[in-house]
Amino acid sequence: MDRSSGRRRFLKSAAALGAAIPAGAAAQSKPAPAPHADHDKLHAQHMRAAATAARPYMFLSQAEVAFLDAAVSHLIPKDELGPGAKEAGVTYFIDQQLFGGYGTMAKKYTQGPWPEGTPQQGYQSPLTPAEVYRAGIRDTNEYCRKTHGKTFDALSRAQQDEVLKGLDAGKIELEQVRSQFFFNMLLNNTIQGFFADPVYGGNRDKAGWKLVGFPGVAAVYTTFIEKHGVPYRAQPVSIADITQKVAQVDEHGHAIHVMLDDKAGV
Amino acid sequence: MATKLKPVDVVTVGVGLTGTILAKELADTGLKVVGIERGRWRDTDPDFAMPGAHDELKYVIHKELMQDLSKETITFRNAMNETALPMRQLGSFLPGEGVGGAAVHWGGLTWRFLPWDFETKSRTLARYGAKQVAEDCTLQDWGVTYDELEPHFNRFEYLYGVSGKAGNLQGKIIPGGNPFEGSRSKEYPNPPLKTAYSSTLFKQAVEKMGYKPFPVPTAANSRAYKNEYGATINACVYCGYCQFFACEMGAKASPQTAVLPVLMKNPNFELRTLCNVVKINLDSEKKRAVSVTYVDSRGREFEQPAELVLLTSYVLNNTRLMLLSGIGKPYDPVANTGTVGRNYAYQTPSSVTLFFEDKNFNSFMGAGGLGVAIDEFNGDNFDHSGLGFIGGGFLQAGSNGARPIEIRPVPQGTPRWGGEWKKAVAKYFNRSFGITIQGACQSYRTNYLDLDPTYRDAYGLPLLRMTFDRHENETKMSVWLTNKAAEIAKTIGPAKMTVTPRTGKYTIVPYQSTHNTGGAVMGADPATSAVNKYLQSWDVPNVFVVGASAFPQNGGYNPTGTVGALTYQALEAIKTRYLKKPGALV
Repeated sequence: MDRSSGRRRFLKSAAALGAAIPAGAAAQSKPAPAPHADHDKLHAQHMRAAATAARPYMFLSQAEVAFLDAAVSHLIPKDELGPGAKEAGVTYFIDQQLFGGYGTMAKKYTQGPWPEGTPQQGYQSPLTPAEVYRAGIRDTNEYCRKTHGKTFDALSRAQQDEVLKGLDAGKIELEQVRSQFFFNMLLNNTIQGFFADPVYGGNRDKAGWKLVGFPGVAAVYTTFIEKHGVPYRAQPVSIADITQKVAQVDEHGHAIHVMLDDKAGV
Repeated sequence: MATKLKPVDVVTVGVGLTGTILAKELADTGLKVVGIERGRWRDTDPDFAMPGAHDELKYVIHKELMQDLSKETITFRNAMNETALPMRQLGSFLPGEGVGGAAVHWGGLTWRFLPWDFETKSRTLARYGAKQVAEDCTLQDWGVTYDELEPHFNRFEYLYGVSGKAGNLQGKIIPGGNPFEGSRSKEYPNPPLKTAYSSTLFKQAVEKMGYKPFPVPTAANSRAYKNEYGATINACVYCGYCQFFACEMGAKASPQTAVLPVLMKNPNFELRTLCNVVKINLDSEKKRAVSVTYVDSRGREFEQPAELVLLTSYVLNNTRLMLLSGIGKPYDPVANTGTVGRNYAYQTPSSVTLFFEDKNFNSFMGAGGLGVAIDEFNGDNFDHSGLGFIGGGFLQAGSNGARPIEIRPVPQGTPRWGGEWKKAVAKYFNRSFGITIQGACQSYRTNYLDLDPTYRDAYGLPLLRMTFDRHENETKMSVWLTNKAAEIAKTIGPAKMTVTPRTGKYTIVPYQSTHNTGGAVMGADPATSAVNKYLQSWDVPNVFVVGASAFPQNGGYNPTGTVGALTYQALEAIKTRYLKKPGALV
């Protein structure tokens, strides 16, 4: 492979890799040539730059972003193990999901009538997920204002934790949506955003995959499947790593993983 | 107003696992065959290409390969006194959509049902008497025996290149295979897959306990394989993106790998995609199908006349089309009359999860059906006297590819979110595995399919209504089987374990199994079956209804191997008898 052209492709793609800026925006970036820069260092710089760049929220208002940033930081907190959901870009992931097909009930049955049904009958809300968030955030903030005089994002960590537990247990009654319905949707989407391929805007810097030891796009494991008890430790590879040619692939398109040589045991 | 098309010999309604086999073989005889598929054309290249094939959000959460419920879904209720409501999003089971059907995203496990399974009723009554069976249980024999189906199992296994190890070869018990299986005439076409760490621990434990472990048979091919049609299936690379995904390697057998490359070259076959069949049109006496009506992707309505109509859609749609078209008599659970919609059944899966402090399983690796199983507790392989239930299931441990959105086990008592949850997820993602149980499900008078009185599909037609709950037989069986798995787990010795039998009301919300069965069941008696042993409608003999819709009740296995065998049995009857003398075969 021609080294310089490969590097150009990498530079072009670095922003999209880190923060899932829409493809058009990434293509417009014009990186300076850096013929002798160390690949990993350069990659890290771009990841940091991308992480701090303002990202175009498409559905959520600023108030809703503040609410979700606060909420997801409790659901998956930042701690000694690494970044939490907020740092991993989960709020942005949720924004993108709500703006897209998921938020508008794509491929789902939306005809009424809409009785609430039994728990065994599942999702029966006339609201789309986008509408559930809008209503749930508004109502939860209203509850917080009444109870504490502030919106959710302005409460103390302990107060926020109490409110989330109240929603989870169904103890806080919301006006427009059932509190557990809203909470479960938020929790599920948070976990999805933390572990989904970074192409969707969450799992930034593959924080979720690094946490659990998941390598992302798979390699060929035909040999390793029989290495019983030997942990397979690899730098996770995302879809964009491959489409942007940051990661190597074999003839079938499987990732060729770069192994980590730590001695962390099992 | 429908445009009437030039008549053809055969129409398949659905181009999935059963439809492709029937279309291929009948087109080879010189018949003009049209395959009508509601979804789109899909192929390994480019649709399942890397790296996009390894996208968990897209395939597992957003269900890229599965039915578009905005156009058509089912309604569901647990009992007749409830109002059924639409399944608004997929959960419990995942019908496919598009060429290849659910056989694109299936897990690959390819079992033969036990000889006992085909004669559930007569053998249960003979061994235990009527007291063993719940009063409202509508169990029945299939009208076909294992021995009759054996050559057809063989053909399907050789078509899909199933990897496994025979346990009963021509009546001789072979060490390392399943000693409980019916006698098979041939060894599997491919050797078993490699063995995962979890499977090895399971194998050692069950051997110590005196059981006979064997590799799970799977259509994830263990080596590159060319089948009788000349199609090549590649070797599995254990990438772990199998169930819910399409195989980028073409190593998990599917219509795309095993049949379509050949079928699509036959000028006698024509595929029409994005065309949804809404009705089978019958003659005035309702004794003969004359055509099918479908709507294409531009909203145009067509009538396609055909001599032979093969319903080769999923279980639910096969039954619905019969009901919408007036083929056979709809089942009435109150009067206990009629057959179409009768004996809907499902699966009773359960599990034990084992958590370790010091063992790493690389849980993200694996293949669909990569596992080691025991069959001591399946079917009637053990004495059910005094247990209060019939049926059973196989127990297995393996590595099928854990991805962290869907599979991130944590020990019981772990909070659902927060720092403690995060620590547990991090710790156990690669340090846990499950012993899973594929429990059987009997049929009952109050579990059935009919047309919903309220909700409609995108074409204005009534949705199928499912009335289903698990009964005491299944709950008792699941508790008993799951306790057996827990005994094995204790022998393995995890730091912690979670025992999860399947109890309580059936819910349509969490994924359980895409093993829906019944609705157009087969049998020897037209009063209790919609189709005869060749899957031919008793009422409209030029309609065959092919699939797990024919299972009178469900066994303790994944159904696909038996679906394949029934397909080849129907095919042989059509080719050797029906085409020579069209009419009722029984």
